[in-house]
Amino acid sequence: MTSKKLPKRNPVPKKIRDRFSAILITGLTLAILAVFLLPMGYGIVTAIKSQAQFGFVGAPLWPASPATFEYEGETYDIYEVPINDRMDRLGLAVRGRQESQFIDPDNPEAGLITWEGSWRSLERAWEWDAQWDNFRRAWDTINFPRLLWNTLRYAGITTFGAVFSSALVAYGFARFRIPGKNILFMLMLSTVILPGAVTLIPTYFVFLQIGWVGTWLPLIVPAFFSWGTNVFLIRQFIMSIPKDLDEAAMMDGANPIRIFFSIILPQSVPALTAVALFHFFWAWNDFFGPLIYLAGNPEKFPITVGLTAFNNLYGAQTNLIQAASLLTAVIPVIIFFFAQRIFMQGVVITGVEK
Amino acid sequence: MQKKETRWGLFFLSPWMIGFMLFYFLPMIASFGFSLLRYNPAVPEATVYIGFANWIRAIVTDSEVLLSFSRTIHFAAISLPIGLGFALFLALLLNSKRVIGKSLFRTLFYMPSMIPLVATVLIWNGVLNEHTGWINIFIERLTGIQATGLQGIRWLADPQLVYFAYTMFGLWGVGNAMIIFLASLQGVPTELYEAAEIDGANFLQQLFKITVPMITPVIFYQLVLGVIGSLQYFLAPFVLTGGSGFPGGRTRFYMVYFYKQSFAFLNMGYGATLAWLMFIVALIITIILFGTAKYWVHYAAGEEA
Repeated sequence: MTSKKLPKRNPVPKKIRDRFSAILITGLTLAILAVFLLPMGYGIVTAIKSQAQFGFVGAPLWPASPATFEYEGETYDIYEVPINDRMDRLGLAVRGRQESQFIDPDNPEAGLITWEGSWRSLERAWEWDAQWDNFRRAWDTINFPRLLWNTLRYAGITTFGAVFSSALVAYGFARFRIPGKNILFMLMLSTVILPGAVTLIPTYFVFLQIGWVGTWLPLIVPAFFSWGTNVFLIRQFIMSIPKDLDEAAMMDGANPIRIFFSIILPQSVPALTAVALFHFFWAWNDFFGPLIYLAGNPEKFPITVGLTAFNNLYGAQTNLIQAASLLTAVIPVIIFFFAQRIFMQGVVITGVEK
Repeated sequence: MQKKETRWGLFFLSPWMIGFMLFYFLPMIASFGFSLLRYNPAVPEATVYIGFANWIRAIVTDSEVLLSFSRTIHFAAISLPIGLGFALFLALLLNSKRVIGKSLFRTLFYMPSMIPLVATVLIWNGVLNEHTGWINIFIERLTGIQATGLQGIRWLADPQLVYFAYTMFGLWGVGNAMIIFLASLQGVPTELYEAAEIDGANFLQQLFKITVPMITPVIFYQLVLGVIGSLQYFLAPFVLTGGSGFPGGRTRFYMVYFYKQSFAFLNMGYGATLAWLMFIVALIITIILFGTAKYWVHYAAGEEA
């Protein structure tokens, strides 16, 4: 009863409410992202650590080396010393169990400072020491330019082949009445789920017979005969395009090749771009095929196989492994950053539909 | 007219049909032939026809086949729902009007997907290290629970935890699914939301009555690929353990076992049998999934897959 009599509270203005929830949701997203990218931070920080730091107990998380200080030709290790009710960074001059003597790096002329206690109980002081040179070492050791060129060529050629052939096939599946089409489509899906191993051994022997093993051909040629997953994705997309346009073009006497190039392809750009991106990165990641077909030809290795070989040789050098791992990621990151705009634009255009 | 259309259709299908014969159908038949042989490529002259002995061994006598298969299913049951759920969650978050700097977030969430899996596995192997990995160090500093060291959280050495650790590597591959979900979310006509808004539908109602039904074809696609991908899960356990199955055989998944038989022991006849068995299982699972599709997947053009 009383509640009815209460005057309606002024609602918070919509603008302020919106801004508040925007900050809240963005903050949540930021927090998730921070946790998500934590390993990346670990990778970068580890990549620029010196190899010596891994051996130190009590070394900080950031790239650092034990701080030292030079004075009159002597090198002093710097420790964190609790003195005068605060922590001071002092150079250890005389080691002792009961008391130790220190020298102040900021004021060495003042002479020795005595501190009661065993120097062993003290923590070393650390200073920032980023070994950016690790990236160059990893680059040289792994012969990065060659790996890069091999990978780029492989990814570029197969991406073109996979997208074009898959779009042709997807159009065929999406728009034409063909007897037994559903059976063919099921067959194609079974190639998607077909464990690669099932066809591996006989295929390998055929390629061996025709002298293709040890070359890129076994990896490149099949991409030009369409790719089940890509066809599936593009077909799903074409099926969602209204048929009015291609039916109208058909009435005007356009043949299917023309319809494919002038109507279907332009409208499928988001799907094609998606497939191109996914295939490019798939090729960049491809491991098993190159490993098998390029075995014994390290000059033809792509990045993944080269990185694995590198890891097998230099596995103990955690910093170099992380540096090399990050180097392999740089180009895909850059390409995606630019290609993402095309991708999103395409999505927006089809979203509006007119 | 119909004949002409068929001819055109076959023309467009021809790249696939030729490829299918050359790279799938004929090698598959040949592979089945291998499954009836005892064949070792190192000693090809010792090849013998042994009938279905490999098949009987795989299905009846070799208990490792069933074990490695159930490990694979167990891992998929953990990693797939988490992976797809995370992808959809991120897509919804980044599709929200409220998030500031969406395009940057999108790029950053996608970024780890671009790192070659070998590198991803090496980076995670470091960050999950029980002594020096940041995950345990941060857990310890934030909660005070002992997480580092041999008494701590041994992500990759504890049989109870290792599938969750591997699931975490997988989350770095969330980008593809997230981008596809995001694209499909943006493809949902805004008129639907405007109409729902006028009818007074709240966020959750819009999510379950409009958003999710409109993107079910994409969810379905991701689910099928995810299940099939899980069956062939190989690279991470291979890079980290060399296929030893550490810890306690838990990571000797079906594909790892297949690889060991075929390429470590060079039992290629038996390997071909295992590969065929995997194909049959994958096909059955897919048929079941497609059977359920008509109850929950909505296609705009009305034609069923």
